[in-house]
Amino acid sequence: MSKNPEFVKFDKVDKSYDGKVLVVKDLQLDIAEGEFITMLGPSGSGKTTCLMMLAGFETPTHGEILLDGNIISNIPPHKRGIGMVFQNYALFPHMTVYENLAFPLRVRKVEKNEIDKKVDKALSMVSLSGFETRMPAQLSGGQQQRVAVARALVFDPAVVLMDEPLGALDKNLRESMQYEIKHIHESIGVTVVYVTHDQSEALTMSNRIAVFNDGKVQQLSDPAELYEKPVNSFVAEFIGENNTFNGEVVDIANDKCKVKLANSEILANPISVKSKGEKTTVSLRPERALINPTDKMDNMFTGKIEEVIYHGDHTRVRLNLLGSSEFILKVPNSTSNLELKVSQDINIGWDSTDARALDPK
Amino acid sequence: MSSETKQILTTDGIPLEVSLKKAEKKNKIKAFLLVAPLLLFLIITYVFPIGEMFSRSIDDKMITNMLPKTFKEMEKWDGQELPSEEVFTAFYYDFKVLVEKQEHGKLGQRLNKEKNGFNSITKKLFRQVKRKKIDESTSIKKQIMKVHKRWRNVEYWQAIKRTAPPYTMSKYLKGMDMYYAADGSIAQVEEDRRIHRILWLRTLEIAFFVTLFCFLMGYPIAHLLATLPMKYSNLLMICVLLPFWTSLLVRTASWMILLQQQGVVNDFFVMIGLVADDNRPEMMYNKVGTYVAMTQILLPFMVLPLYSVMKTISPSLMRAGKSLGGTPFVAFWKVYFPLTIPGIGAGCLLVFILAIGYYITPALVGGASGTLISNQIAFHMKQTLDWSFASAMGLMLLSGVLVIYWIYNKLVGVDNIKLG
Repeated sequence: MSKNPEFVKFDKVDKSYDGKVLVVKDLQLDIAEGEFITMLGPSGSGKTTCLMMLAGFETPTHGEILLDGNIISNIPPHKRGIGMVFQNYALFPHMTVYENLAFPLRVRKVEKNEIDKKVDKALSMVSLSGFETRMPAQLSGGQQQRVAVARALVFDPAVVLMDEPLGALDKNLRESMQYEIKHIHESIGVTVVYVTHDQSEALTMSNRIAVFNDGKVQQLSDPAELYEKPVNSFVAEFIGENNTFNGEVVDIANDKCKVKLANSEILANPISVKSKGEKTTVSLRPERALINPTDKMDNMFTGKIEEVIYHGDHTRVRLNLLGSSEFILKVPNSTSNLELKVSQDINIGWDSTDARALDPK
Repeated sequence: MSSETKQILTTDGIPLEVSLKKAEKKNKIKAFLLVAPLLLFLIITYVFPIGEMFSRSIDDKMITNMLPKTFKEMEKWDGQELPSEEVFTAFYYDFKVLVEKQEHGKLGQRLNKEKNGFNSITKKLFRQVKRKKIDESTSIKKQIMKVHKRWRNVEYWQAIKRTAPPYTMSKYLKGMDMYYAADGSIAQVEEDRRIHRILWLRTLEIAFFVTLFCFLMGYPIAHLLATLPMKYSNLLMICVLLPFWTSLLVRTASWMILLQQQGVVNDFFVMIGLVADDNRPEMMYNKVGTYVAMTQILLPFMVLPLYSVMKTISPSLMRAGKSLGGTPFVAFWKVYFPLTIPGIGAGCLLVFILAIGYYITPALVGGASGTLISNQIAFHMKQTLDWSFASAMGLMLLSGVLVIYWIYNKLVGVDNIKLG
C-alpha cells in the first residue's frame, strides 16, 4: 500500500477571527496517510483553530487545506467525512450508546444489518460490548470517552480528529486511554490528528508532533527528536524539563561553541547561533548531567546542593551551579551508594553535544 | 453475638435514635416556621378561595332551608301523581313561616327559575295565607288546589321536589349549555342558545394558536439569545423582557392604537399600497386583534424557558452531529431539537395555561368574536351577579387546566419541564 505523504495538507493557511490578530500564521503542514500527528502547544497557540479548520467549522482567512489532493475549504463539515472526538465527548445525551454509534451510519443510509455489524465491531474495539442500551449519562468518564472514539471511527473516516479528548479524565485513566487510542490507531491505520497541551501525552502517542506557539509550528518532528533535539528555546522549555543558561557566544568552531556566562564559560552545541557575539540560551536536560563524571566530559563543574526532593523512582536535586540556584539534576534511585545531603559540594559534568545553544529567551 | 440488636447509646447514655430525633426536631421546627408564613398565605389566598368557589358553585340550600317540612314529607312521595295531603299540609306550614318572615317572594323567584309560572301562583297563595283564608281544620290540599289550577298540576310539585337536594350541578351543566329537564334527566339547550360551548371552543382555539405562534416566534429568538456573544445577547434579552416592564394595560392600549382601522398599521398598509384607503381591514375587535396582542404579551413566557434549556446545550453537540455526516438540518432535527423538548414543554404549557384564562386583552381588543371564557366569567360576576355560575365556570376552567397538565405529564413527563 503506497501511502500518500501529503494526505492532509495545510498550504499557507492564515486565520484571523477579528481582522487584527492572526491566530494561525502562514501554516505549512503535511500529514501523511495513516500517521498519528499531534498538535501540541499552550492554550491560545492556534492548534485547536487548525483542527476546527480541518473539520470545517472554521474557514481559513487565507490559504487552502487539501485532503487527499482535493481542496476542501468550500466543503461543509458533513461532507468531509472526517471523524471527530470532542473535548467533552459531545455524546448525544438523549440517545443510547447504540444510537450514538448508529447516527453517522444512519445519515449515510447504511442498511440495518450493516449498522448492527459495524456498531458491534466498533464497540468491541473499545471493549464496550454489551453497553448498547446504556445512556451516556449512565457511563463513567472513561467509558464515555471510548464511546466517543468508537463513534468517530464507526463510519470508517479517512481522518480522525481528536480535540484534547482525555483532558477530563484522571491521571491513571488518561494514561491507559493513551495506550488504548494508540493501539486502535496501529490496528486500523487511520490518519489521526490529535490536539493536546499535555506534552507527555503527545510524546507517548504520536508518530510526529507539531509544536505550536504564537500561531506558528515551532518544530515538527518525531517524539525522540523533539525531546532530544529541540530547535529553539520555546520547544526546549515546553517539552520536558530543562536547565538553561543565558550567555553570549565568545567562540564558535565546527560543532562546538564557547558561551560566556556571568562569571564562567561553558562549551555547547551551536544550534541556532552562527557567529561570535550572539546572545544565546543554552539548554540542558536534567538527566544528561551526571554526578561524579568518570568519562571525559568536556563540561565539568562543582555545585552546592540546595535541596533534595524524593520522587520515588528518582530523586531531584537542586544545585547552585554557575551562578544559578535553579539547576536541576535527576538521580535514579538505583544508585543507593550515593549520599546526597543539602549544602554538600558535588562534581557535575555533561557533554557539550547535549548542551544546545539556542535562540535567546 | 446475641441475636437482639444492641441499642447504641450516646456518651450521656441516651439512645442514639432519640438523641438524633431531638437534634433534628429543632431544625424541623425552624424549617417549618420559616415556610409557615408562605403556607398561611397560600391557604388564605388560594386554598380557601377555591374551596369557597366550589361550595358556592354547587350550593342550592336556599329552598332546602325554606321548605324543610315539605321535603321531609316528599321523601315518601313517588313523584308520579299529585302528592298526598301531608305534603300539602307541610308545604302550607312552611309557606306560612316564609310569609311571616316575608321571604315568600324569594321562593317564588327561585322556583320560577326551575319552572315558569311559579311566581304568580306563589303570589296568589301568599294573598290567601295573608288574609287567613286557609282553614287549617279541613283539608289543606283541596284549599291550595283551589288557589290556582297550576297547584293541581303535578309538574309543579315535581319541580319543587327537584330543588330538594342542598347541592346541585345545574351551574356546571349550564356552563356546558345543558340543564336538568322536567323529568330530572340532562338535556341540551336549543342549538341557537348554546353560547358557552362556542366560548369554550374559541378559548381552546385561541389558546392553542397563541401557543403555536409564540413557539414559532420564540424558538428562533431563544436560539439566537443562547448562541449570540454576551454583549449582543444581553441587549436582545432586554428587548424580550421589555414587555414585562410595561403595564399590561398600556401594552394592550398601544396595540389598539396600532391595529385600529385608522391606526398605524393600517396607515402603513395604505401607504405602501397593500390595501385601498376605503377598504382598510379590521384588525381589532375580532380574533386577529386577540391573536396579535396575546402573542406579543405571552412571548416572553415562551422565550425564557426555551432560552434556559438552550443555554445548557453544548454547541459541540451540533458540531458532532455535522462532523458525523448529518446535514445541518439533520443535526438540528435529530440532535438539537430533541434536547430542547423540556423547554418547549415548559414554554407551551406556561403560555397555553396563561392564554386559556386571559381576560384583559381579549376584553379590550377582542370585540364580540375575540372574547374568551374568562370574559364570560367576568360578565357574570359584574353584570348578572350570578356568582355561583361564575364560580362554576372558573372551576371548570381550573379543572381544564389540570387535565391539560395531566395529559402533558402522561405524554412528556413533568420531570422534563424546565422553567429555568
